[in-house]
Amino acid sequence: MTGKIHSFESFGTVDGPGIRFVVFVQGCPMRCMYCHNPDTWSASAGTEHTPEEVASRAMKYKSYFTGGGGVTVSGGEPLLQAEFVTRLFTILKENGINTALDTSGVLFNEADQHKFDNLLAVTDLVLLDIKHIDDGEHKKLTGHSNKNILAFARYLSDMDKPVWIRHVLVPGITDDDGYLNELKTFISTLNNVKKVEVLPYHTMGEVKYEKLGIPYPLKGVQPPSPERVKNAKEILKIK
Amino acid sequence: MNYKAWEGFVPGKWSDDEVNVRDFIQRNYTPYEGDDSFLEGPTDATQKLWNEILDLSAKEREAGGVLKADTKIVSTLTSHKAGYIDKDLEKIVGLQTDEPFKRALQPFGGIKMAEQALNMYGYEIDPEVKTIFTKYRKTHNDGVYDAYTPEMRRARTAHILTGLPDTYGRGRIVGDYRRVALYGIDYLIAQKQKDKLNMDGDMTPDKIRDREELSEQIKALGDLKTMAAEYGFDISRPAETAQEAIQWLYFGYLGAIKDQNGAAMSIGRNSTFLDIYIERDLKKGILTEKEAQELIDQFVMKLRIVKFMRIKEYNELFSGDPTWVTESIGGMGVDGRTLVTKNSFRILHTLKNLGPAPESNLTVLWSKNLPSGFKKFCAKTSIETSAIQYESDDLMRPEMGDDYCIACCVSCMRVGKDMQFFGARANLAKCLLYAINGGKDELTKDKKTGKALQVSPMFAPVSGDGPLDYNEVIVKYEQMMDWLAGLYVNTLNLIHYMHDKYSYEALEMALHDTKVRRFFATGIAGLSCAADSLSAIKYAKVYPVRNEEGLAVDFKIEGDYPKYGNNDDRADQIAVWLVKTFMNKIKSHYTYRESVPTMSILTITSNVVYGKKTGNTPDGRRAGQPLAPGANPMHGRDSSGALASLESVAKLPYEYSRDGISNTFSVTPASLGKDD
Repeated sequence: MTGKIHSFESFGTVDGPGIRFVVFVQGCPMRCMYCHNPDTWSASAGTEHTPEEVASRAMKYKSYFTGGGGVTVSGGEPLLQAEFVTRLFTILKENGINTALDTSGVLFNEADQHKFDNLLAVTDLVLLDIKHIDDGEHKKLTGHSNKNILAFARYLSDMDKPVWIRHVLVPGITDDDGYLNELKTFISTLNNVKKVEVLPYHTMGEVKYEKLGIPYPLKGVQPPSPERVKNAKEILKIK
Repeated sequence: MNYKAWEGFVPGKWSDDEVNVRDFIQRNYTPYEGDDSFLEGPTDATQKLWNEILDLSAKEREAGGVLKADTKIVSTLTSHKAGYIDKDLEKIVGLQTDEPFKRALQPFGGIKMAEQALNMYGYEIDPEVKTIFTKYRKTHNDGVYDAYTPEMRRARTAHILTGLPDTYGRGRIVGDYRRVALYGIDYLIAQKQKDKLNMDGDMTPDKIRDREELSEQIKALGDLKTMAAEYGFDISRPAETAQEAIQWLYFGYLGAIKDQNGAAMSIGRNSTFLDIYIERDLKKGILTEKEAQELIDQFVMKLRIVKFMRIKEYNELFSGDPTWVTESIGGMGVDGRTLVTKNSFRILHTLKNLGPAPESNLTVLWSKNLPSGFKKFCAKTSIETSAIQYESDDLMRPEMGDDYCIACCVSCMRVGKDMQFFGARANLAKCLLYAINGGKDELTKDKKTGKALQVSPMFAPVSGDGPLDYNEVIVKYEQMMDWLAGLYVNTLNLIHYMHDKYSYEALEMALHDTKVRRFFATGIAGLSCAADSLSAIKYAKVYPVRNEEGLAVDFKIEGDYPKYGNNDDRADQIAVWLVKTFMNKIKSHYTYRESVPTMSILTITSNVVYGKKTGNTPDGRRAGQPLAPGANPMHGRDSSGALASLESVAKLPYEYSRDGISNTFSVTPASLGKDD
């Protein structure tokens, strides 16, 4: 078995607790307007690696994981390659390494419950991106409905799997106070949320679009002001 | 011996007719495991004095880099009258000349360099001084050039050997300036005289030189007393108070910089030693914390204004006007106690009281076992000032014990027990090009023929249009490294012989044990460029592009190759192999005065200039582009994140690079995580 990998980051400090080895998988069904990794979209690119190879790469950094760190699989969309990630996390868990899954949850469906349960059994933490709480806006932003994403959040809550909710703040798109309040209301119905993170939109992905020859959908949109970030954090009750 | 100055100190070996500063520290120091809450701000006097220095610095910049320069008085320990910034405000006194910011004339390394430096800043050397140092008094530089072989000159011209200390002071020697404070000069002279009596037997050239040097040392100690007396202090006896201890110690260092214009003039490991005196005075009630901080602030102030007269190219090479007044701080003792004291805090606190500055180069000897209060304070001070250098005490202590210091930026020596012969560096990237081109330089022309300069003897070049064969290149590279290592060591043997002969560091060596261990400190440049080049030849296809002379002056690369800096053994192990191989070749040669060969990988800014002198390399680097500093991966090629890059560097074997490995690494706060 192999997985399609976009790249590795040996010193990840923003995707989960502690110092983390981050595996960016290749391929994503979403087309979020603010995506800063458009180079991970195509499922045909990337290089193939076995779970064993990836695990041994990550394990080189085990001594850095002592402060709560570990391995995060991000992307791309990890759930596109759920079996690969399951195998990778299984090896890592056998070696006592903390595992985090950074996902949009878009591929979740209850019919495939077995597949998700296997993966979640070896996942310590889910970093769940809720892109937009309103389904119509979510479709505009990502090209997909958020129904199964919210269902996934509910599913994780029911099994009491630790989750960090992440919300990217884009001026004029995801920073509306009304929607933020709705998001807050939804989050407060979940009983497994350990942390809520507001990620201010940034423009560092723009150059990648140029390189790939894809028009940048958010051309001209500026990062949110510190006040708007503070406001969002207050609404979402983040200290 | 029993001095009044030693009252309250626990006696031991150190007070029993020997010189043993480490023993004194171990028996008397007070480890400190608390936080920084005891620290005090600057006094009014300190602030006034510092503002005067800032004024002078501004004037110096306006004047084009040099405010005043001696053109007539040759600097010695006793050449100048006392000089002050503002006598009434100064708690610690002593300047290099009779005025602040006036640069001394130090021609013993080489009169030409001294004259050039003056000319560059609009000064004329006094004709009489010039006559004396050209007609009657030979300099180090003259000695070296009298003995250089044509091959050594070619290697120097072509810059395969670079930065050799053949026209300037070698520096890097650190006297144990604490001895001046603890023992006073008379005790130190008595010990040296005893050593001289014992130095008897067959008068071999070596022994004659040793005896002559020892006499020079004793004279220098006497001169130091005279120098201090000019400022109104009697340092024949040991220091009795904290203020005296700092003053005595600084006089020792001041003597060294009056005597030598060395490339790096580091000061040692003094803060914990001085803490013992401060603690004693605090207990006696004759010093307050505010006053203690004032003494340290003013001491560091003096270290910040150390200045030498140097040519502009020198400053260009080092991107500034560095003096490397390195002070080593903290670390752990071999008995498990920390060597951090309150004074370790005070000296770092000068960065706040006086504001951040690159000099003196405050260097924390870092151990994972340092007290957490100190670690936090270091982190805080680093965040606020970006002015602390860190080195691994855990790596150095097993070999060097717990009383070593850093000379320059990474080079460790036991204080007062080790010295070193600074050796600049050999360019391994260029050496690889020589292997391919049979020892012809890719950039330097032979003045007579107008063709590429044949620097080494005529080795067989790699022929054909490629792709280059890895095994063939390696065989030829090893042969070329054999040649280079031999030439390099012999060039240094010659240089240091002449430096000892014509510009001996009598005072600094007087503050060492007579039986001193000497390091022969070689260095390499261009490590990552050479490693990537070999990796390209091995894993991709590299075709030489030849000029009309048949010289490979460029390379065409087909395919990709693993690069050093990504924690990929395929490339990293090539770098490890290079370090081991070159060091083993260095070791196989005779080194001057039974010195122990070491190697460093530590260009910090000079890599830019070395890169200018190196042609296109097989890794795709263009001619003239900088080499990476020290052991760094080539710029932009470490693409697997910070830890992968650091892990690659960490594979380089310290045992083969004892003089130090540097890795220049910047992080922005955001890359270390989010605020919350």
